Amino acid sequence: MTRLEISQVSYSYGSRKALDGVSFSVEAGRFCALLGPNGAGKSTLFALLTRLLATAEGHIGVAGFDIAKAPRAALARLGVVFQQPTLDLDMTVRQNLRYFAGLHGLSGRSAVLAIDAALTQLGMAERADEQVRALNGGHRRRMEIARALIHGPEILLLDEPTVGLDAASRQAITDHVHLLAQSGLAVLWATHLVDEIRPDDQIVVLHRGKVLRNGSAPDLAGGEGLAKAFLTMTAEDREVLA
Amino acid sequence: MRAWLTALSAIVTRENLRFVRQRGRFLAALVRPLVWLIVFAAGFRAALGLSIIPPYQTYITYEVYILPGLCGMIQLFNGMQSSLSLVYDQEMGSMRLLLTSPLPRWWLLFSKLLAGVIVSILQVAVFLGIAALTGITVPAVGYIAVLPALLLSGLMLGALGLLISSTVRQLENFAGVMNFVIFPMFFLSSALYPLWKMAESSPLLRDICALNPFTHAVELIRFALYGELHLTALAWVCASFVLFMLAALWGYDPARAMLRSKG
Repeated sequence: MTRLEISQVSYSYGSRKALDGVSFSVEAGRFCALLGPNGAGKSTLFALLTRLLATAEGHIGVAGFDIAKAPRAALARLGVVFQQPTLDLDMTVRQNLRYFAGLHGLSGRSAVLAIDAALTQLGMAERADEQVRALNGGHRRRMEIARALIHGPEILLLDEPTVGLDAASRQAITDHVHLLAQSGLAVLWATHLVDEIRPDDQIVVLHRGKVLRNGSAPDLAGGEGLAKAFLTMTAEDREVLA
Repeated sequence: MRAWLTALSAIVTRENLRFVRQRGRFLAALVRPLVWLIVFAAGFRAALGLSIIPPYQTYITYEVYILPGLCGMIQLFNGMQSSLSLVYDQEMGSMRLLLTSPLPRWWLLFSKLLAGVIVSILQVAVFLGIAALTGITVPAVGYIAVLPALLLSGLMLGALGLLISSTVRQLENFAGVMNFVIFPMFFLSSALYPLWKMAESSPLLRDICALNPFTHAVELIRFALYGELHLTALAWVCASFVLFMLAALWGYDPARAMLRSKG
């Protein structure tokens, strides 16, 4: 079942085109890696998916809701982990999660249960009453993923969630989000790191605002390996730099 | 509707938690008007003669005259402080979290605004309490009647802050807000001197003061402190609030958002 549908989406910052006719979809239970170098348009696409930006060009469907026509229904079904941390460092983990639950209309016992379930799922229950400032980068990211799950979304968007993390934390978070996809969530994971991608993941390669390829990891890799194939596809940038 | 109130409660709780933690901000918010009340007013008491003007029934001391203006000053600074915190939230990303909530954007921004106003009313309450301890009091009914006036003036000044935050994208640019918004609004108002006094030196400046929404916020507070309603000031404050809020909502429209930041 299609959870996220992006069709012919374009967006410009003034005269600069950031996205140009982007189309792809993500099914329930799939981990889709949105792979692209810096400046490819990944963050712009995430801003459109979360309605921080709006465009008249193209269509974005979230769990069957058109984000332009029914933004509230669409946002209620999205869990988002932004590239930039969005935590209040001086509040405790639980206070941060309670604030988020409130923004989604959850209060009282239902909020407590949802927060506890999300913290347990991410192995963060014992840290619930610690100040976020006291957590390391990996635990902060886990907390943000737990937060994104509180309201029971159908789609999880993560914009380069492993930036700045050590190898062990990256691995743990990547593994966990793959498990979430296996449990039925549709996951869109923006990255420029090919080692975060598994063989059975869907890959959408975004470059200079256009979708270059949309397929499975083995399809894209061909015989040369995914990393090399990705570098070849996006080679023009490095040629310019050289 | 319950979800809306839950979100409002969450936003107000967060603002209050942040405020309680920022003791420096609380002290600064109190020290500033107290310095004006105790030091500045003492110095100017002799220099500025005041006639009997409504809502006062007798001659008053200068400290009594500037008390409402200093309440307005607290709210003006708080509105700009909230604006600063919104710019900070935009830079730090937490504004994204707020704006991706599945509730109407106007409600989320209004909730944020209201949360800041509640903080400013707490500050004014403490300030009025300290003023009363130093002998500067108003009729007992004024302490209650001023609450709705503070709510409205706080909303109007907060909406101005919200509007500014939709146009100022970097903290570094915020010093300009101090120079070009707070000081002209405060000094070109009836906070420190009545408008007739200003007219003696410059009719043009008096007219500018009369057009300044902050003047009307101060007059609304002044009359409310004496249990009276100043209808003209009320209309000005409400109209200014609607205007600033609509402009701020336009500034936060997703079709326009982030354009400047990405060039």
